[in-house]
Amino acid sequence: MTGATSLLGAGVAERLVARGDDVVALQRGDANPSWPHVRGDIRDAGIVDKAMRNIDAVVHAAARVSVVGDWDEFESVNVGGTQNVVDAARAHGIPRLVQVSSPSVAHFGEPLMAADADPADPDRAHGHYARSKAMAEQLALDAADGSLDVVAVRPHLVWGPGDTQLVGRIVERAASGRLVLIDGGTALIDTTYLDNAADALVAALDRVHEVSGEAFVVSNGEPRTVAELLTRICHAAGVPGPTRSVPRSVASGAGAVVERTWTATRRDGEPPMTRFLAEQLSTAHWFDQGRTQEQLQWAPKVPLAEGFERLAASYSRHNV
Amino acid sequence: MTSASLPPADLPGLDPEWSRIVSAPDAAGTPRNWHVLDTGPSGPGEPVGTVLCVHGNPTWSYTFRSIVAALGDTWRVVAPDHLGMGYSERTDRLHTLADRIDELGSLTDELDVKGPVLVVAHDWGGPIALGWAERHTDIVTGVALLNTAVSQPDDASVPPLIAAARAGRMLRTVTQRTRAFLDGTLRLAHPALPRDVAAAYRAPYREAGRRRAIADFVADIPLETDHPSRITLDQVGEGLDALRNVPVLLLWGPRDPVFADRYLRDLQRRLPQAQTHRFEGAGHLVIEDAPVAAAIARFADDLAAGRTRELRVVPALLPTSSTERRTLWSGLEDRAEDSSVAVVEMGRRGPARAITWKQLASTVRDLSAGLTAVGVRPEDRVALLVPPGADLTAVLYATWRAGAVPVVADAGLGLPGLRRALRGANVQHVIGVARGLSAAKGMGLSGTYISVGGFAPGLRRALGVDYTVAELAQIGRQLPTSTTPSVTAEAAVLFTSGATGPAKGVVYRHAQLEAQRDIITETFGIRPEDRLVAAFAPFALFGPALGIPSAVPAMDITKPATLTSRAMADAIAAIDATLVFAAPAALRNIVRTASTLDQAQRERCGRVRLLLSAGAPVPRDTLRAASLVLGGCEAHTPYGMTEALPVADVTLAELESGGRGNGVLVGHPVSGVQVAISPLDPTGAATGALTDTPDVTGEICVRGPHVKDHYDQLWATQRDSARDHGWHRTGDIGHLDPEGRLWVEGRIAHIITTPAGVVTPVGPEQRIERLDPVRLAAVVGVGPAGRQAVVAVVEAPLQDKGVASLDLTDALRLAAGVEFAAVLVVDELPVDIRHNSKIDRVQVSQMASEVLAGRGGALS
Repeated sequence: MTGATSLLGAGVAERLVARGDDVVALQRGDANPSWPHVRGDIRDAGIVDKAMRNIDAVVHAAARVSVVGDWDEFESVNVGGTQNVVDAARAHGIPRLVQVSSPSVAHFGEPLMAADADPADPDRAHGHYARSKAMAEQLALDAADGSLDVVAVRPHLVWGPGDTQLVGRIVERAASGRLVLIDGGTALIDTTYLDNAADALVAALDRVHEVSGEAFVVSNGEPRTVAELLTRICHAAGVPGPTRSVPRSVASGAGAVVERTWTATRRDGEPPMTRFLAEQLSTAHWFDQGRTQEQLQWAPKVPLAEGFERLAASYSRHNV
Repeated sequence: MTSASLPPADLPGLDPEWSRIVSAPDAAGTPRNWHVLDTGPSGPGEPVGTVLCVHGNPTWSYTFRSIVAALGDTWRVVAPDHLGMGYSERTDRLHTLADRIDELGSLTDELDVKGPVLVVAHDWGGPIALGWAERHTDIVTGVALLNTAVSQPDDASVPPLIAAARAGRMLRTVTQRTRAFLDGTLRLAHPALPRDVAAAYRAPYREAGRRRAIADFVADIPLETDHPSRITLDQVGEGLDALRNVPVLLLWGPRDPVFADRYLRDLQRRLPQAQTHRFEGAGHLVIEDAPVAAAIARFADDLAAGRTRELRVVPALLPTSSTERRTLWSGLEDRAEDSSVAVVEMGRRGPARAITWKQLASTVRDLSAGLTAVGVRPEDRVALLVPPGADLTAVLYATWRAGAVPVVADAGLGLPGLRRALRGANVQHVIGVARGLSAAKGMGLSGTYISVGGFAPGLRRALGVDYTVAELAQIGRQLPTSTTPSVTAEAAVLFTSGATGPAKGVVYRHAQLEAQRDIITETFGIRPEDRLVAAFAPFALFGPALGIPSAVPAMDITKPATLTSRAMADAIAAIDATLVFAAPAALRNIVRTASTLDQAQRERCGRVRLLLSAGAPVPRDTLRAASLVLGGCEAHTPYGMTEALPVADVTLAELESGGRGNGVLVGHPVSGVQVAISPLDPTGAATGALTDTPDVTGEICVRGPHVKDHYDQLWATQRDSARDHGWHRTGDIGHLDPEGRLWVEGRIAHIITTPAGVVTPVGPEQRIERLDPVRLAAVVGVGPAGRQAVVAVVEAPLQDKGVASLDLTDALRLAAGVEFAAVLVVDELPVDIRHNSKIDRVQVSQMASEVLAGRGGALS
């Protein structure tokens, strides 16, 4: 298991441990999970090789996730890291690999309505993250052959209690009055409640032989407007939802300026707006789940409504 | 000369596997290489037969790629490029029409084409293909012709495009040296051809040297009587008799500057067995513009199955010998000596005009004899461009009496819609008021022009009026009564509202209209002593047929919402009415203006026994309020459509006690009418066998003696609507409840197909509309079929436009029992023109898709 310190990675590892699998995590940090782990960087081929001795299957979730940053870093972590995982899997004759990917690898800016998991295309993917993940998915799926089964799973906008990536940022911005909608937040998107995404990855691990070489988008299958999603997340956290809206052109223009200054001033962390983010928040992207659910023999157990209740419960615990 | 070659492998829609090069002699006996699309006989199993596709000028076999794709698996499809055309060999000789017929024969011999053969031809491929067919009658099983001609009809001038290309020395310049003719033809597509498709049409004709045959082809059109190919063309035309037992399908694009509708009529005259589908909006390249391949596939299915072409229901309608036939004007003849009022036209200040039964009966008799005398023959079509009232009533019944076919298109279609409808219906005579005749002239309608009322000589000349109605009545007074048309003769062409695409012409025969009259009489218990206020277009004309007096209120009858309660009360008073027929939009206005009635008017209104409202669903509250304006009379809202009215009927009392179900309750089928349901498959298509099992949702199908005979010149539409023998598919969806009552859930076109199954709109809409903030709701799908998300779009006056608040969203999801992906609030939902109450859900869905795609589409 790579990327086991992320919320999703940990969710997968917990499920595997709970059902009796032996989990070995490859991780950079010193978080001390309740399962064995090897310390090291995914970019270090030697460490990756070492971590993958006596292993039956790999879930590769480690990635650099950000909307800004240098290409070199995305490439070395996301593409190079995947290459190391694939090489090690071959070297040790590991038969199963689940590549955690992203719907952005096949989203080129146009609205997607009930879309399929189209092939990843690094040349057309928007931004460093999507491009590097597209390259990684391609090389992982290309590695599938008679001795190695590979499936790419693309969870769409994973969120849940404890999530600092998506929920945390939305709530933080709303709390400081900086959360705005773009074009009224009318774009329809689908998202994935954390537990459902983790279940789907475990299902993919079990089905990898039957679906080897294929890619699947995973989501709750409940598309909602951006306005509704943001408002529900804010309300769950006890902060007011967005009330202002700016036109896409303004958001996109602001994003371009921010990207330039952010990079020029070498600031850390995530910028408040980028062109990619403006596009994501104002363009429909939701995916058909029929093939995913049938092929992975998986269905989301937690509907959106219950997810929001759980999120609200987690915030009220924190606030007490 | 350049030999034949294979087309480039990357032309859109063309599979390189279909192409082959074949050698066959030309008319001079020289072996020539042909490029042919040919799908067999190599496939698995024996093909059903051969589809031989013959292209025109300046196209090539590429034009038939959709037919190859649709039929290539079951039939052997053979589509050659003529010599000198497409990718066939370029020769140094002129190929005349006679040559090309011979050459096609040599080629089919070489290809060993076996019967049965379905011949498909377009443009000037028509004469070649028909010439071939006449020599191969033993194997020809069917013919489908697309915008073509076999003659220059006497009444037709030379097509302007051809005339221009033929003009003297211009010919080679226009057709060969430049691409003017080629590009001009490709620009005739509606909508424009995709760039890559147009390029594919042009691909074999890039250099002038490859375009010689295009020029020769144009030069070979025998416009002149002494043209060398004239004899061949005449022979082809005269030889059509040899094909009289062969089913023919004419597939026509009327927006064709070359082969206009008159060429269609010429073909219909020469091939009386032909079925026609006129694709409104399509043009010369009809195969690019319209679903021609699908129609030909259905035609081919019918031929393969040996199905005959009779899709009409007439034979079952012949009256049994035990009942005496009552014609549409029998009620009028019964009262021919009655001096009481038959029809009253109301003006703003009381009755504007009244005619007695005696007057009406004699006018109808005289006028009909006059019509016959001046050449209006039985089954001729007559456009009636007269507003509802006494004149229209007289003209309508006289037209019927003369055996001619009234074509009634209401002004609600708008002028362009009216023009399409009347031109498509092929009317031979026009009867109208000045405005109507002027419009007819503007539409280019030819034939006898008859005016209602006398005009000043200048206007009369300008409008080309041949006779006035008064003159005809004068002429007819001395003449014997016209022959009574048979029950199977065509009796009317009416038009659908055109809410979903162009208005469709609906043809009724006399038996069907007589049955409609009888069903109305029985369903609503109409007695001779009843008197009718008719504020609803179709019924405004039915008084004399029902044998009861009628009054048309002062209103614009094509705009039902213009009926005020005072206008209605005045009309009621004028004839002491017992019945009121009004459209739903009219009821709303009556209720809104009810406070303007004085005491006397209220009392008059109180004597009405029955209120009837049809045309669109009537909200229960509106019906109740309107009934209260009429002293709490019994109120009915029958369900039906242009093709069958009424189908079912429900009273206000039944609506109030009927409980709630998924959809609009429209009641029990009326006497003599059967209703069945064709269940939906998961894609939302009504493919299930007809059933009356309760609570099964599907397409509502109707059978009864008053159902339409057929759609006019819409073969494929008619075939679909009548595919269950004797039944009419309404395009509405709904279900029967355990008590046998019908509930309407929407239109087939409005079905939402989600991954979890099919959702119909009307039920959820009704549940939403019960919520206080919501004035009007539309429930639609967004996304591709089978994967749609359900969206509610509502008029909610006190809410902000755009994505609805969470509270409203939650309330709507709860009320509807549907997990809407989004709830959008708009100022106004689009409604149809004619009824001003049917929501255009297709438009709403498009708008919602735009907005929810995040393209910033306007919420209006």
